[in-house]
Amino acid sequence: MGKRIDVKDLNVFYGDFKAVEDVTMTIEPRSITAFIGPSGCGKSTFLRTLNRMHEVIPGGRVEGSVRLDDQDLYAPGVDAVGVRRTVGMVFQRPNPFPTMSIRDNVTAGLRLNGVKGKKLLEEKTEQSLRGANLWNEVKDRLGKPGAGLSGGQQQRLCIARAIAVEPQVLLMDEPCSALDPISTLAIEDLVTELKDRYTIVIVTHNMQQASRVSDKTAFFNLAATGKPGRLIEMNDTQKIFNNPEVSATEDYISGRFG
Amino acid sequence: MSTTNQGSSAAPAPAVDEALPDLDTGRSGGRALRNNAATVLVWLAFLIALIPLVWILWIVVSKGWHSVASMTWWQKDQSGALPPGFDTNIRGARHAIVGTVEIGLITSLIAIPIAVMTAIYLVEYGRSGGRTNARIARVVSFMVDILSGIPSIVAALFVFAVWVTTLQQQLVPICVALALTMLMIPVVTRSTEEMLKLVPNELREASYALGVPKWKTVVRVVLPTAISGIITGALLGLARVLGETAPWLFLTTYFQYLTYNPAASAGIASLPTLIYNQSGNISSPISADRVWGGALTLILLVLAINLLGRLIGRLTRVKR
Repeated sequence: MGKRIDVKDLNVFYGDFKAVEDVTMTIEPRSITAFIGPSGCGKSTFLRTLNRMHEVIPGGRVEGSVRLDDQDLYAPGVDAVGVRRTVGMVFQRPNPFPTMSIRDNVTAGLRLNGVKGKKLLEEKTEQSLRGANLWNEVKDRLGKPGAGLSGGQQQRLCIARAIAVEPQVLLMDEPCSALDPISTLAIEDLVTELKDRYTIVIVTHNMQQASRVSDKTAFFNLAATGKPGRLIEMNDTQKIFNNPEVSATEDYISGRFG
Repeated sequence: MSTTNQGSSAAPAPAVDEALPDLDTGRSGGRALRNNAATVLVWLAFLIALIPLVWILWIVVSKGWHSVASMTWWQKDQSGALPPGFDTNIRGARHAIVGTVEIGLITSLIAIPIAVMTAIYLVEYGRSGGRTNARIARVVSFMVDILSGIPSIVAALFVFAVWVTTLQQQLVPICVALALTMLMIPVVTRSTEEMLKLVPNELREASYALGVPKWKTVVRVVLPTAISGIITGALLGLARVLGETAPWLFLTTYFQYLTYNPAASAGIASLPTLIYNQSGNISSPISADRVWGGALTLILLVLAINLLGRLIGRLTRVKR
């Protein structure tokens, strides 16, 4: 499991507004890549193009290509719904389905896509919750509403829900920004474990988090408000944080701006 | 400590301590006066608004309760009723209650699915479905606004024109349901729309990100989250149209016998038309009792549907 992502000359538009310009990058399979950069630099927008979630926003479209191993996500005939089954996503704010129990939340992706069988779903529930380091905390109350958990637990529930459909890639859009430090640590540990099986891309505003968990770091920036965001530099995390090639990267990381 | 920092040149004055005694803690006389005046005004407006409500309820209850309190009122229809002045029995309103409830149910069956699906289109497809959808949604939304402003007599006239003039059919009680449907659709569409808008976008995105198609997201994620409010809104919409009178007068005949047949050509009774039918002889005590009894029954029915809506809303609400 875990696929390589090849992005080539990607431009992202919302209507007439160009949000992201000319991104070319390769994301290695079974690695963690962090996207950093100031607010509005297009890193979240770019992340969404990796599973075509930007199309949910009216007017969202791309030019260029995103390939998952050898498959072009934007080739004619490729269905966005199918892409999202392969490339899962975890959002900034934990968003478990409020009408569903913990168990039903985990298996939501499977059940809503027509997977049946009590035994299979039961197995998937345990497997995914174990995978998200949440099993021991919730195994006695799987029938309780998912919204009753703490914020950190809810976020791990969302991760369990995302990995239950067995994606190849897991996109995380600032998954810890609404969590306290302890929950953040739990998520970071989990992300590090998940790396063995999935290709992980994580957007974060927390520089320490990027340096703690990621193998590669990509720095995005924009020239001015209203201008499209660009990929400034992408390299090994060590290199980015210790000896970046572009001075803007160094300025951002050392806190001189942003 | 020095009293002011004008005297001591070097030592920074503890400004906070100094400032405290000068803090304006009292209310200025003028503001207190205005505050009191506004409070009195608001209370007065509230009491004035309350007067007609309490008055209506008082009159209807005091004049109608002894009709409603007897079992015959609920069990019997008006069969055997003699011309006013010759009759000594109030008899019952069962025929009118059955007619109102039955036509109300038929109205709901037609109006609620249309209204809910319209609202789904407006919120789920009109808001995020590209330019064409947005344009259609604007037109539909405008039409719903217009529809909600249509007087009930015009709705009845429209049904009459289509049913009788164009289709050459005989009037049956179902025609009333069709007219009421036109009045109920905009109410339920608007309330459902509001409920769907309350569903956080994050839930839709969570569902999309799991590879769930849009229609399934609407059916399995959005609707269950909003169902409690949708049901409440639908029942409030029903309660709102049950008291309409014009469609009954226009499209069916008041029939004083109990009938369950919504296609009866002899017509069907309803509480509003029972009241109307008897109000011509309101000077006779028997008719007056029927009028006020019918009015109280109608209020009770609407109240019951309101309470039922709230109860179902509470029972189906998303639990935390």
